[in-house]
Amino acid sequence: MPELRTETMTVNMGPQHPSTHGVLRLVLTLDGETVCSASPTIGFLHTGIEKTTEQKKWQQVIPLVERMDYLSAQSNSMAFCMSVEKLLGVEIPERVKNIRVLLAELQRINSHLVWLGTHGMEVGAVSVMLYCFRERELLLNINEMIAGFRLFPSYMRVGGLREDLPRGFHEAVRSFLDRFAGKLDEYEDLLTRNEIYLKRTQGVGVISKEDAVAYSLLGPIARAAGVDYDVRKVFPYLGYETYDFNVPTKTAGDVYARYQVRVAEMRESMKICRQALDRITPTGKWAIDDPRITPPPKDRVYTEMEALIQHFLIYSQGFTVPAGEAYVPVEGPRGEQGFSVFSDGTNRPWRIKSRAPSLLACQALERMIVGGLIADVIAVIGSIDVVMGDVDR
Amino acid sequence: MGLESEYEIPVLTTTVEKMVQWARRSSIWPVTFGLACCAIEMMAMSCSRYDIARFGAEVFRGSPRQSDLMIVAGRLSRKMAPALRRIYDQMPEPKWVISMGACASIGGVFDNYAIVQGVDQVVPVDVYVPGCPPRPESLIYGIVQLQQKISRQHLA
Amino acid sequence: MDGSALLALLQQAAPGATIESAPTADVHTTIYVSRDHVVEVARALRDTPELRFAFLAELTAVDLWPREPRFEAVYVLVSIEHRLRLRMKVRLHGADAHVATVSSIWPAANWLEREVWDLFGIVFDGHPDPRRLLMPEDWEGFPLRKDSPVQIRRPPHVTEALQVTQEEFAANLEHDRLTRRR
Repeated sequence: MPELRTETMTVNMGPQHPSTHGVLRLVLTLDGETVCSASPTIGFLHTGIEKTTEQKKWQQVIPLVERMDYLSAQSNSMAFCMSVEKLLGVEIPERVKNIRVLLAELQRINSHLVWLGTHGMEVGAVSVMLYCFRERELLLNINEMIAGFRLFPSYMRVGGLREDLPRGFHEAVRSFLDRFAGKLDEYEDLLTRNEIYLKRTQGVGVISKEDAVAYSLLGPIARAAGVDYDVRKVFPYLGYETYDFNVPTKTAGDVYARYQVRVAEMRESMKICRQALDRITPTGKWAIDDPRITPPPKDRVYTEMEALIQHFLIYSQGFTVPAGEAYVPVEGPRGEQGFSVFSDGTNRPWRIKSRAPSLLACQALERMIVGGLIADVIAVIGSIDVVMGDVDR
Repeated sequence: MGLESEYEIPVLTTTVEKMVQWARRSSIWPVTFGLACCAIEMMAMSCSRYDIARFGAEVFRGSPRQSDLMIVAGRLSRKMAPALRRIYDQMPEPKWVISMGACASIGGVFDNYAIVQGVDQVVPVDVYVPGCPPRPESLIYGIVQLQQKISRQHLA
Repeated sequence: MDGSALLALLQQAAPGATIESAPTADVHTTIYVSRDHVVEVARALRDTPELRFAFLAELTAVDLWPREPRFEAVYVLVSIEHRLRLRMKVRLHGADAHVATVSSIWPAANWLEREVWDLFGIVFDGHPDPRRLLMPEDWEGFPLRKDSPVQIRRPPHVTEALQVTQEEFAANLEHDRLTRRR
């Protein structure tokens, strides 16, 4: 029988594609349906945020930094504020720490809901997307309540928060948490033991524990491969050592394991949220009392001369940060993230570098999809939860 | 339009232009061109709270060759500009472009080396929707404005 | 293990290297390593049983222009087993800004070094794939250097260069026509 003539086909999964979660370009060589090689190209969303922040004062950097990883905006701004507070050498009040923990965990639930919705839609379960975004609207209502803006509240400031919590905050968060537990059970009913979902995700996009360590993945991907690392447990910050929660870990390293890890993380986040909510008083301190950093309340600005001068100085020239560098790692929804902040002693940053967990996940993508089918490429890209704003910055 | 009620024949009379305008504005199908954060608000707009399917945008087509509208949602970097132009060229006539968000309209917060200061340097834009990101209601208002613009477009 | 014990252990594991400690504001122990010994120190950090810095969390650079040495390459390392964090810095002069690659020790460094080359122009000797990562391939200059401008007023390119020449395209067509005839 004569030898069959075969050749490989090169397919461009271009920067505009419904399933690449943003602008990622993959050039795949296929042998039939099997992927022989993949080469990702990134940089289509490079925004030069790091160069732009060198022109701004310290507080003006916060809205820019929120737009880097646009699904975990409050984690980003919190990490930046913590790095600058470390350089300044200030200690924020206990109530502010608890509020930051609560907002960070709500942001984690928010980001995981977007992930679950888009991943479910790509694998074929379109109704999961509608349900997840419906729950997410309640979280965006909470964002709007505290700062007036849905996606990027810019509520965190160096030294604390922008202003006090509004009336009705506790009731809103509590009603969301009460409702969400039942809804999460509904989503699990749809997917966890669904035979089609299992067939599409088990054994797909496997990454071994050694590869996860070698590619420095440090997030839900590594935890699904067996690496037991969560910044909140290993290098605790903001009082996380006083909260009671678990860190879910699996060993399979495939798409299904990552799904299980993230859904379990959402439940753990709900536990932390309830504990944090009990510790927060409805009114109280929302920032440190340092006059260089925190602007005075508006009623004093309108009546006292010193307060007016202080307000003017803070908003016109900002505060100066001592020279040095600091990097405070936090556990974002995608893994360890943080900002290496370099200061030269003036009121503008010298250099800000964001540690992007999505960049390293994109690098490891090639490892996960070579040898699989082309339909699995979509499932894998969805499962590693890349946000291209974070990859390209 | 006249309704001949005394003969009970259900007939409406109109012009061809009005028919074509009504058909075009009532089923605008966008192509998925979400770049950055505005894409998340665009997805929220297509979901159940701010349902865009009520306004005719029933499906977001993956291929530009089957769509009428390109919503440029997000910041356009210099590396992505050729891809944007190519997608625009692949769309068949009649086509419209909505520039969603401050970054697509004018460069937004990012006035630097990497971002194109306004998508209208690359493609012709019909409606600009400001915001960072614009609320889904703003974008729906933008689409309604586009529908009114289409209802004023002449065929010849 | 505190900073001085770590330094002593590291100096013992990599005897030829010049390592000096530096003050730090956060939880990381900070050391300066001379450029020629980066790979040796990196291997010692990863393989010594008491250190085990298996994760490269961050690889970046800072441009201190007009001060000399102009660049500082910054490596942030994490050891999960021993709960340690280390920041290793290498001073580089602007005139010959190159350092050996560590991508053979931590494969995660591959794209991180590409990004530093792309934005700063620091050459990593021995890197398997020295291409630009974030900027377009035909970009000239290194944007994050301090003497490079923030704003440029130039219309964007809207066409891409053709990836095959006219002769290659005609040759491909001819080849397809001949091989598909059967």
